Amino acid sequence: MIDQKIVDPDYLLFEAPRTSEYITGSEAVREAIKRANVDMAIAYPITPQSESMHLVGDIYAQGYVKEYFRGENEFAVMSSVAGASMAGVRVFTATGGPGTMRAFEVFPTWAGARLPIVCAFMTRGINSPLTIQPDTIEMAYLLETGILMLHAENSQDLHDMLLMAFMVAEKTDVHIPVGVFADGFFVTHTRDKVNMLPEDCKLPSYDPYTSPVPVMDMENVPVRQMRDPFVMKSNFISYAAHASWQQEIDAAAERSRKYLNHYLGGLIDVEHEDADIFIVTSGTAVSQSREAIATAREEGINVGLVKIKSIRPFPGEEIRALASRSKGIIVPEFNRVGWLAKEICSVIDEPRKVVRGPRVFGGMTMPPELILAEIRRINQ
Amino acid sequence: MNAMEKTFIRMSGLGGQGAVTAAHILGSAANKDGLESTVNPFFGAEKRLAPAESYVRISSEKVYEKGEVLYPNIIMIFHPHVITMGKCYTMPFFDGLQEGGSILINADAPLVSDEDLRHLADLKAKVYYVPATDIATKVAGSELSTNIAMLGGLYAMRKLTSMEALKESMVERFGGGKFVASGTTAALDDAVTGKFAKVSQMIEKNMELIAAAGAALTEFPLPGTKGGE
Repeated sequence: MIDQKIVDPDYLLFEAPRTSEYITGSEAVREAIKRANVDMAIAYPITPQSESMHLVGDIYAQGYVKEYFRGENEFAVMSSVAGASMAGVRVFTATGGPGTMRAFEVFPTWAGARLPIVCAFMTRGINSPLTIQPDTIEMAYLLETGILMLHAENSQDLHDMLLMAFMVAEKTDVHIPVGVFADGFFVTHTRDKVNMLPEDCKLPSYDPYTSPVPVMDMENVPVRQMRDPFVMKSNFISYAAHASWQQEIDAAAERSRKYLNHYLGGLIDVEHEDADIFIVTSGTAVSQSREAIATAREEGINVGLVKIKSIRPFPGEEIRALASRSKGIIVPEFNRVGWLAKEICSVIDEPRKVVRGPRVFGGMTMPPELILAEIRRINQ
Repeated sequence: MNAMEKTFIRMSGLGGQGAVTAAHILGSAANKDGLESTVNPFFGAEKRLAPAESYVRISSEKVYEKGEVLYPNIIMIFHPHVITMGKCYTMPFFDGLQEGGSILINADAPLVSDEDLRHLADLKAKVYYVPATDIATKVAGSELSTNIAMLGGLYAMRKLTSMEALKESMVERFGGGKFVASGTTAALDDAVTGKFAKVSQMIEKNMELIAAAGAALTEFPLPGTKGGE
């Protein structure tokens, strides 16, 4: 193994000197995992994620990761990752689009088993006709799986959020999986400046005995997990236990807010807090919005930006407070269904203020001009 | 480099021609010159001769916008089929070209219809030709160096970066070690670099190719302009 010194996560993320490198999002994943003290990584290729786990394989060969292999398919990978996590190691994987769908059954079981897995989702269209291009629709399906969901705007976010994700996922009072989402191609294949951390530092290792549920070890052998589930006893206690356990997962997600606030500096970023109109969005749509907002402000329109960094837990109260003061909210999205607009409408007092668009999907790029047109329309 | 307006470049080519690599080299060079730049490719399932595009955004200020360049200042066409067979992500190939923008085409004869030429003249666009594949074959001994010849044509057309930075980023890209490519790209890399005993020889040949392609750059007069009909 490569010799790295273990440092305090707060030092690593907030104080350690950073150097700027001109790299892709996939390379940013490699750099984050290099410093994440990951025990095990399991890969299965799918565009636009393939490069990320390929590069994690490279750092395994260099001695940054203890174990690495390729699974049979995404379902097998996500199941193997669950096994690794149950056995008490820090584990990482990544997928995207159809890969996410193929593995889907496993995601709620990760949350239910209280496994602090970190998975990067490089979003891609999933509907037929087949596409390999970016589209955030898979996030709509994952909203209620119990996993925490962070959405990166760019490679810098992706790099930082991956490191933060391990720290949040492994807190005893959270201890559920974290998905870090980045838009395929727009982030994974885009070369941009990323401020990177010292190569000789890494996060503290995972201590499986901080888990809130029994760890699988020689005292608690795997068969216990299989022999004792509630499903084997169809009675009132089993139903009640299942119902309360689902609520416990939700409560764990709620308890993650304090840690996410600490690491992310809030679940949202706000620019121009006194704005009349807000663009509220996440991921690449934030970047496109920044250009539109700059032009609109030059035209004298008081428009601001709300960048949502955490989708689960959702920053409902934060958005509600901003919405009450604004005259309009525009929600640009890279998917057909407008899942983010629905989320926003569900937490604010006057959903009619929300413009549910513009939406671009199926791999197309959203021109900032499209967002600008909405800003001008609302301003009139 | 001096402060610079946003310049957005769209490179349309066919898989295997090196449009993605050309964008990588150009974007890295701009970054080395102290400019802000982002680079990203768009392609379908990876295969040779399928449409592949890449985009470079260069500015003196931070560029946030991502994805396809829909309103380019410069369009580089790496293969005649982009124009004649519609192998690109926009129709027509010059869709979205900004007023006063430039087009650089890898060909030795005009491929653009009279109607399109009139449209480009209305846009006050400039159209340039460079037989990049021919020059690459003659100078570097491989059509796989078409992308470098296109960068030579671009440099002669507009100096977006310094020559030193272009050279430095080619050394970085082809020098091995740092860059990890997909299997197909790695195979093409081997085919190009394998012709030379040392990377430095390849870079010298590429510099020669850039100069030769630059010298061969020709402006095609548009209707209503000097030399046009």
